[in-house]
Amino acid sequence: MTSRPFALVVELDGHGAHPAAWHADGRTTRGLLRGARVAETVRAAERAGFTAATFEDAPLAPGLSHGARVDAVQRAAFAAPLTSAIGLIPVTHAVYAEPFHLATQLATADFASSGRAGWIVGVDPDARIAASSGREPVDAAQAAADASATVEVARRLWDSWEDDAAIRDTASWRYLDRERVHYIDFEGESFSVKGPSIIPRPPQGQLPIIADASAGVPADVALVASSANATVSAARAAGAGLVWLELEVALDHAGLTGAERVARLDAHEPWAVGPFGRYLGDAAGLVELLTGLLGQVDGVRLRPAVLDEDLDELGRAVLPALRRAGAHTPPAVGATLRESLGLPASVNRYSTKAVTA
Amino acid sequence: MTDPMPRNQIQFGVFFQGVNFSTIWTEPESGSQTDFESFRRIIQTAERGLFTAFFLGEGLRLREHLGRLHELDVVGRPDAQTQLAALAAITTRIGLVATQNATYNDPVDLAHRLQSLDLLSDGRAAWNVVTTDNAWTGANFRRGGYLDHADRYTHAEDVVNTVRAVWDSWDDDDTPGLVARELKHYDVRTFGRLPRSPQEHPVLFQAGDSSEGRDFAARNADVIFSAHGQFEDAKVFAADIRRRTALAGRPEDDLKIFPGQQFVLAETDAEAQEKARWVVERQITPATALAFLENVWGTSLQNYDPDGPLPDIDPVVDVTGETRGAGFRAQKTRETVAAWRARAEAEDLSIRELVIAVGGRSQGGIVGSYRSVAELLARFADERVVDGFNVSPYLVPSGLDDIVNHLVPELQERGVYPSEYRGDTLREHLGLRAPLSRRGGRADAARTAPSFDLV
Repeated sequence: MTSRPFALVVELDGHGAHPAAWHADGRTTRGLLRGARVAETVRAAERAGFTAATFEDAPLAPGLSHGARVDAVQRAAFAAPLTSAIGLIPVTHAVYAEPFHLATQLATADFASSGRAGWIVGVDPDARIAASSGREPVDAAQAAADASATVEVARRLWDSWEDDAAIRDTASWRYLDRERVHYIDFEGESFSVKGPSIIPRPPQGQLPIIADASAGVPADVALVASSANATVSAARAAGAGLVWLELEVALDHAGLTGAERVARLDAHEPWAVGPFGRYLGDAAGLVELLTGLLGQVDGVRLRPAVLDEDLDELGRAVLPALRRAGAHTPPAVGATLRESLGLPASVNRYSTKAVTA
Repeated sequence: MTDPMPRNQIQFGVFFQGVNFSTIWTEPESGSQTDFESFRRIIQTAERGLFTAFFLGEGLRLREHLGRLHELDVVGRPDAQTQLAALAAITTRIGLVATQNATYNDPVDLAHRLQSLDLLSDGRAAWNVVTTDNAWTGANFRRGGYLDHADRYTHAEDVVNTVRAVWDSWDDDDTPGLVARELKHYDVRTFGRLPRSPQEHPVLFQAGDSSEGRDFAARNADVIFSAHGQFEDAKVFAADIRRRTALAGRPEDDLKIFPGQQFVLAETDAEAQEKARWVVERQITPATALAFLENVWGTSLQNYDPDGPLPDIDPVVDVTGETRGAGFRAQKTRETVAAWRARAEAEDLSIRELVIAVGGRSQGGIVGSYRSVAELLARFADERVVDGFNVSPYLVPSGLDDIVNHLVPELQERGVYPSEYRGDTLREHLGLRAPLSRRGGRADAARTAPSFDLV
């Protein structure tokens, strides 16, 4: 067992992971798109003690209106001043987007949350996304390369101001010391970015970067669909410091078992079995399952079937039991996401000062 | 008995600048430019004072001076829309205006993010449309410097129309419609991802001051910013804008006028004048005075004493440029230098004194006691010279306290400032009609037509 904290992360998208979740919660599309919904769900997640919340996104139109969602970075930013401990991790797609804008947006979310922002890098080569931004489509390999280049640009931009660049020196009347602000001069295959950043270095220095283990993007945290040794070892070998398991959940709730709840919703639209594991059952079983993962993976991202119902059960029965068992500690008020995840403080690649060990 | 006719009113917006020398950073009360708490304090003060909107600027490359990063002014700003999304969570009524570049944002992504902000905030978002054509900014973006100066407004109009088409793409039964548009430099094709907000579209702001810029606003914008914040100047500007708006086929009050303005206020006129002196001396430091001249001279003047006479050397003017613009600018530089020299000589001004005289906000600002400024603003309201002012506080985060605590009550007493928010959305606060592409029944004009010059 490592001393690394075990991360419990929850996805807060839409009505929930089940495609028919909207039949269960009775909420309208427009109600779901309001800030009030973000506030309600993220506060519930923080109260429950989750390490972080994630905000799914996709650059394509939903098939049906109830799948609509507002920009994930903005949802994370909206959640920032309403919370004080939970990490806020939006998905941002990185293949066709402007790297400079992504880096600035994410740094802003980090400032607004005092260092609690992360980034799930979306890698989707879909030609329809290219068409929406007027760019040429790329294949999967190029998509991974371009997303990786986007990550590199973001990392350089976040370091392009040293922490003490705003010197406010009244002797020389200089607000800024230009020697502590750096052009990044990134020259890539598909784009180049001059820099420096237009926003100072974010509170965390480097935001934790999270990506699917199969995405081919260098990340601090790899998301895996299986806790099998081979899968986890491969993700670690590819450079991820932390590995999180993806898990869909539907808990017993209001007199119905998880399986019964899913069956009812499946009658409207079946919940197709995807790459992720799925847990249907009572809270005690989920606690046992999660406890069993300690030492195998560094955390779990839960995708609740119906947010209104499962988030409630998770907060009421699952997280308190894990806390009592010593398997999970809620994030501390004021802690950065890096701290909550047990990632080391980030060192600035451009720092002109000697780094002491 | 009927009530007397209510007086016409003015409104306030606030511009959190984050760049330029008008924000004083040297004093103990100068707070952080970056910490969220500074933004929280300003916007919550503004909302307490019933301000119509909170406004964030955008510059997509850090300013340089003589080829190196400019060091003297506050700098380092958040992404406007992300910051406004965070601020939406801690406010309920105030409008949220994001300056966003039409050249270096992808229109579909831009439309989606603005619509996101509008939905998250229950209908309080606005887009301040700016255009940039320089390749220097383009060095941070995929397309680089792809746009000719002459094309910038044409392209901006294409982008505005594309953005509106995305906003209009969901029909009344919430089915996303196709948006496919050919812009001059690229084509876009997408299905809109979101329904419209309670105010239908984000409000459109624009700030161009050239004849072309004013016409762009008259055709497209809901609100125009200007630098014309003094009474007579503002009156001329308003007449011009209303004429252009009518020529664009719109009611002449369809485009609201909000000049940017600095207010220096105190109990008495004399105290306010003294405070204005204090402000300008901190805005134009000795180093800033030299840099201001260096911008015109085009060369380092670090060997000159800011408290001494103007440089005796000639400006370095770029005469190698082949375009008419370069020659025009060179001529303009020589004229500026000649005029400044004449003025400095006639009034016996040092470098810093001259820069304070020509570049200081004290000349363009409104200075006076709460009472006399309220009287002046009542005149602005009575004569319908402006619809409001976009206030640039010279201190962050305390810079609105005077206005909200003292000036607003004086204005309210005179009936020339709102005593409550008019509605829930920014469009309602401003008294705007429906979005331009959604007037007169079917709303999809922008989706099918190449432009909507006349609505």
